[in-house]
Amino acid sequence: MVSVIQKKNRKFKEIDYYKNEVSNYFLLPFRFQKINFQKEILVNEVGDFLIVPIGTAEKIILKKISKIDDEELYFDLISNFFISEDPIPILLNVLEARYRTKKSFLEHFTALHIFVISLRCEHTCHYCQVSRVTENKDQFDMSLYNIDEGIKIMMQSPNPYITMEFQGGEALLAFNNIEYAVKRAKEEAILHQKNITFVICTNLAPLSDDMLPFIKEHNIMISSSLDGPAFIHNQNRHRPQRNSYELTIQGLEKCREALGEDNISALLTTTNLSLDYPGEIVDEYVQQGFRNIFLRPISPYGFATYNEKKNKYQTEKFLNFYKTAFDRIIDYNKKGYYIREDYATVILKKILTPFPVGYVDLQSPAGMINNVIVFNYDGKIYASDEARMLAEMNDFTFQLGVLGQSSYNDIFYGEKAMDIAENWTNESLAGCSECAFQAYCGADPVLNYATQGNMYGYRPTNVFCQKNMEIIRYLFNLMEDESIEKIFRSWITGHSE
Amino acid sequence: MILKTKGNTYDIDAPIIGRVTRFPENIGYEILISENIFSKDWYRFKAVLSTNKIISSLEIPLIHSIKNLDHLNEGDIIIINTDGIVNTIYRVNSNHNFLLFTERCNSNCLMCSQPPKDRDDTEYFFNQYIQAIPLIPKDCLEIGITGGEPTLLGNRFLKLLNQLKEQLPETEIHCLTNGRSFAWENVAQKVGEIDNKRLMLAIPLYADVYHIHDYIVQAKDAFNQTVKGIYNLAKYGQRIEIRIVLHKQTIPRLAKLAKFIYKNMPFVEHIAFMGLEHEGYTSFNIDKLWIDPIDYQEELNDAVTYLSDFGMNVSIYNAQLCTLSENLWEYSRKSISDWKNIYFDECNKCDLLDQCGGMFASGVKKYSNSIKAVSISKLTNL
Repeated sequence: MVSVIQKKNRKFKEIDYYKNEVSNYFLLPFRFQKINFQKEILVNEVGDFLIVPIGTAEKIILKKISKIDDEELYFDLISNFFISEDPIPILLNVLEARYRTKKSFLEHFTALHIFVISLRCEHTCHYCQVSRVTENKDQFDMSLYNIDEGIKIMMQSPNPYITMEFQGGEALLAFNNIEYAVKRAKEEAILHQKNITFVICTNLAPLSDDMLPFIKEHNIMISSSLDGPAFIHNQNRHRPQRNSYELTIQGLEKCREALGEDNISALLTTTNLSLDYPGEIVDEYVQQGFRNIFLRPISPYGFATYNEKKNKYQTEKFLNFYKTAFDRIIDYNKKGYYIREDYATVILKKILTPFPVGYVDLQSPAGMINNVIVFNYDGKIYASDEARMLAEMNDFTFQLGVLGQSSYNDIFYGEKAMDIAENWTNESLAGCSECAFQAYCGADPVLNYATQGNMYGYRPTNVFCQKNMEIIRYLFNLMEDESIEKIFRSWITGHSE
Repeated sequence: MILKTKGNTYDIDAPIIGRVTRFPENIGYEILISENIFSKDWYRFKAVLSTNKIISSLEIPLIHSIKNLDHLNEGDIIIINTDGIVNTIYRVNSNHNFLLFTERCNSNCLMCSQPPKDRDDTEYFFNQYIQAIPLIPKDCLEIGITGGEPTLLGNRFLKLLNQLKEQLPETEIHCLTNGRSFAWENVAQKVGEIDNKRLMLAIPLYADVYHIHDYIVQAKDAFNQTVKGIYNLAKYGQRIEIRIVLHKQTIPRLAKLAKFIYKNMPFVEHIAFMGLEHEGYTSFNIDKLWIDPIDYQEELNDAVTYLSDFGMNVSIYNAQLCTLSENLWEYSRKSISDWKNIYFDECNKCDLLDQCGGMFASGVKKYSNSIKAVSISKLTNL
């Protein structure tokens, strides 16, 4: 037990008595980056940041910050774990716990299991590399055997919370197989003590009323697509009758009515056409009553070449689109309509909260394998959804195995996985390891490979880097405005005012 | 509120603890308040209190010639000391009961409302509570533990916590501690092993940097110990409240402290910002402490809304609504113990009197220039 320190007397002492006498301070790991013409940002190992005048990082590193003359900054640096008065900070255990917390999305390993339940689709979207318009179920639907084998692998995940997501093609075209898979997975989940969530990704066109009771009964979430107003959506999503938009809206209404607002979401696919209509797209989401919108970049798998110039140009165009749409979203929030942008929210959570954010496309170690695995309709197993797209272009670099043939260890700890693992932590990638935004960003070996020819990637011309650096910088600049920071906080917690 | 009285002793050579009753037939009680000169009923009790002057040769412990006993209600728990002082330990009709575990402290806060004493009282208080706790009504909603620094009782602190859990499993236990003892992990672990889900440890943290906190509590290394203590308690699953007293030393870095708490200890269950109480050391240090609440509303607003925006549970204690920004009213709680609470004459004109926490009785010594009745019809945001 603690001994009582008997005070000789209880006379009050002045504040200087309580400041440690130190001749100099020690540096803790941190990174820095200019964010505009006046300011630079300092970010520590767990993502806490200080925005300071340009030149401050240099002064800190040269040990020119004075405890007396720069008192406020000096103690800000101490409080935020940028410097320490001891070689090993006395509160190192706090920093340790913070770091463990930030990376704790890794604790349970793979959660998301994507089953490509059918490759068939009744749409012929020009950007889609994958789907087939056909009635040939035998060739393009996932067999019951592969469904069973996929469930077996899924049940071996150490994660107590797993998600089974049905993708296509158009998943609802194989609704019978979905019914089979859900029932089967539920039985197995009880045996293996898993908490299981189901998601169907669908364009909603084939949705029929008799599907809804099953979807409701099993609490299946519906993830749909809405690309904007009719003239964009129908242009992006070809159907012979040019009625994709109308079917989507009808489907959304049906689902909301039958399943409740919270169980249906929509994703935006950005195409070249979309890039010209940022405001219209945001307006459409508001008109349809959505409280969130996900401004996703154009998938590079369609246009990807190793052409640096073209990639850079496309990314710049996307960033302009993103910012214009984003401003519009902020305007809606200022006017009192709560709508959040999901990509920014992922980044803002990393910037403003101490909590882990496991978002598969923006984490380090990367989401592939660690958080997501894809079982293709034909039984082939891929490291991520993008890896399967690549495979449709006959590149099988990221194929990890085959259902029914490969063991759990072959898939998750095999040679392919090891190769990918070499490149999936941004802490160890040149250009990322020293980047101020490292803690907010991620690694994407598949994208590097698809756009630059190797998993490691080359940051100066890397589209993933170009996009994220600019979005993160942009968010920091916006946050200088307190009213916008307030809106960002509401996005993080999901509380509207 | 009277918590202490005195009389002349007869046959009391050790402190006597028990519940009081005025009805001799209540034989489940330990101490009788009697206005008789003598009654055979007295023999059923451990002691008798009386306002009368009694000359006795009976073998019954007795305190007589007490000026007034009106403050004692049926079932109140008291201690009769050998010097004739009768202290109330527990009042059945109050929701503000607290157990003072010791008057010793390893800190010496500038604004301490109950300045510590250096004599070793731990045995005295331990014996008092080990007897009193079983007498507390089982339906008691909440009880406070205070000091001094309660953890200085060492193993006796743990014993009392254990006893509280066994005797009062349904009672919320709110323990005020500076948290420093929990920097020793084994102490936190032992509290964890008691595993009382109704125990909340309320720990003050006054700054995000060591020297300001250490200065305020007048103890070197206190900040590091308290932060480590909070971490150790969290590790063993303990519920934690952070308390911040608002004064001239805490205001300048208040928003930074809020950020420090959310970033480094988001697991705390409650954060209380507390107005200054004018008791104990405060008057002596008033120049170092006083800042009119009206002059720190911006800082308080930043800190409270930051924490609240991120979903933390925040309260403001000891504040009068007329000194608070309107948007902070929702966080204000009526927190002042009934026996310390007063209102000004001006307050009787105020439309918000019922919602307002009022003042500490001691607050009359120095209070905000903006104490003023609020008229609802003049409010903008309602």
